Amino acid sequence: MVRVDGNGTSQSLIQVRNLGKTYRRGGEDIHVLQELNLDVDKGDFVAFMGPSGSGKTTLLNLLGGLDVPTRGTVTVAGDEITHMSAGKLTAWRARHVGFIFQMYNLIPVLTAFQNVELPLLLTSLSKAERRKHVETALAVVGLGERMNHYPRQLSGGQEQRVAIARAIVADPTFLLCDEPTGDLDRKSADEIMELITRLVREYGKTVLMVTHDPVVARRADITLHLEKGVLVEAREPHSIAAEV
Amino acid sequence: MKFRSLIFANLFRKKLRLVLTIGSFAVALFLFSFLAVVRGAFNRGADIAGADRLVTINRVSIIQPLPLSYRDKILRIPGVKAVTHNNWFGGVYQEEKNFFPQFVIDTENQRQVMSELQVPDDQWQAFLKDREGAIVGARTAQRFGWKIGDRVPIKNVSYGTAATWEFNIDGIYHSDRPGGDETQFWFQWDYFEERVPQSFKGNVGWYVVKLDSPDYAVSVAKAIDDMAGNSSFETKTETESQFAAGWVKQFGNIQFLVVTIGSVVFFTLLLVTGNTMAISVRERINELAILKAIGFNDRAVLFFVLSESLTIALIGGLLGLGLAMLAVPALGNALNGLLPALVLSKAILVAGLGSAVIVGVASGLLPGIGAMRMRVVNALRRV
Ligand SMILES: Nc1ncnc2c1ncn2[C@@H]1O[C@H](COP(=O)(O)OP(=O)(O)OP(=O)(O)O)[C@@H](O)[C@H]1O
Ligand SMILES: [Mg+2]
Repeated sequence: MVRVDGNGTSQSLIQVRNLGKTYRRGGEDIHVLQELNLDVDKGDFVAFMGPSGSGKTTLLNLLGGLDVPTRGTVTVAGDEITHMSAGKLTAWRARHVGFIFQMYNLIPVLTAFQNVELPLLLTSLSKAERRKHVETALAVVGLGERMNHYPRQLSGGQEQRVAIARAIVADPTFLLCDEPTGDLDRKSADEIMELITRLVREYGKTVLMVTHDPVVARRADITLHLEKGVLVEAREPHSIAAEV
Repeated sequence: MKFRSLIFANLFRKKLRLVLTIGSFAVALFLFSFLAVVRGAFNRGADIAGADRLVTINRVSIIQPLPLSYRDKILRIPGVKAVTHNNWFGGVYQEEKNFFPQFVIDTENQRQVMSELQVPDDQWQAFLKDREGAIVGARTAQRFGWKIGDRVPIKNVSYGTAATWEFNIDGIYHSDRPGGDETQFWFQWDYFEERVPQSFKGNVGWYVVKLDSPDYAVSVAKAIDDMAGNSSFETKTETESQFAAGWVKQFGNIQFLVVTIGSVVFFTLLLVTGNTMAISVRERINELAILKAIGFNDRAVLFFVLSESLTIALIGGLLGLGLAMLAVPALGNALNGLLPALVLSKAILVAGLGSAVIVGVASGLLPGIGAMRMRVVNALRRV
């Protein structure tokens, strides 16, 4: 159950309370997020929408422990991450968060296999175990045959699938996707969304995704709009998509 | 090490740049070794000088003579074990450019004082019996292809009218110290005395004094100079290494020159590789940001950058030192004994590699710390 009223129970996987983020630019305060509340349960698939500059990326960065809020708290699976030290936060990210960005952000000098293996280098898994996990993850995204290809030898959609494999390989608590299809054509975007939806439905992953595309947002259980620094539920969750 | 593939993949990101950076290290280390070898060649005398030997010269200058009569007076000073004397002959073998030092030696005491310069007994005996005999250092013998039994003409240009003196090579000496001077040419004091004009007779160039122990160096030096004080032949007595160091100074401040050039080379290398590392880190700052997002901590990021610059430094450094190891002996042969032996010592190799490592770490440090401090959200926003 996804809520934005701040009344969720402590059972929620992700609990955001009174989250605020203020940037200072040129002596002026820009309140990007204000008193934002959010509850997400395990297995939920949430889409965030909103105009450019509304703070969607800022919100994902706060949820993923890449940035610290000005006010408020983020609690994930019982861990309050907003007051963790930088070092602890880094370790927490490795353990709990899978990131998928718009620009695929693969390391160009590493093969698909090596890119997917990166998060596992931070674990105590043996080489053989790592290989098994990487092969499984690449098989899930349908790139089992492309393990030894470099990013430049792959299409945009394939690169993004490698990035997804990298995000899931260490079995994180939840996935954060910032415009995962923003750079793809419709067909590739559909394939990627098919894959992400499967991760939620078949593998029970929890996914929070930012998108500008209503068709993409329709895949999610719920679409939340970021307006004036807080989240609001779309009045009729999927009506917008239906109109398209 | 599980990060190996990541570090290596990054190294080979820009192959030309890698080759050029490794090349800079190789050239710098080659140059460093070469300078160190030259410096070593000039300083060798000071480095391997006997701690238990003093050199006494005329206070005015080494080219002014001292009377032979000082020998017995020096011998009486407590702490003195033996005394020998030399003259500088300064003759010319065929042409000026064939320079090598010719010493007139005191056959009675030479071997006792200069004990590290070894002559086989049978050759020494033959030399003693031969008024025109000469003992020559192995390097000089090799340089001119001289063998025992050869007759060698050397033109006297310093004492009286110019004339060619003929010598028989009776023996070849070797130094038992690595890098010792094997370029000298010795002949007998008696023969010298017999042939020089009257005005030069009874004059020695300098004395070499062997001590009972290095502890006597100060007291004996003072006693000798006091003994000669207020005479018309005042003396200046120094340890052999002070003397050798002073001798080197005559060629200009080689030490200073070598140290200055060496520092400039390493400083330039630091700028070049520091700049290269900075560019290399900047152009993949968002990849490093992704690594951090994934969960690599600041230390890991610093480690990646440093191991990259260190690997370049080590490969380039070893390459340069390896080239030097090949080139120095070849150069030594080409110089043909003009300089004292060129030795690429272990100490030079270690110092060179150490400097390369320092430059490697230093050049990676600033970009590495920058990458460490970089904030993921800012770096990703820049995409
Ligand atoms: N480091 C920063 N310093 C100052 N202002 C910032 C900083 N980061 C973001 N902002 C501002 O915060 C606001 C929200 O940015 P954010 O990137 O979260 O928006 P977004 O909803 O993701 O936009 P888009 O859809 O274009 O990606 C913007 O006005 C942006 O200029
Ligand atoms: Mg954004």
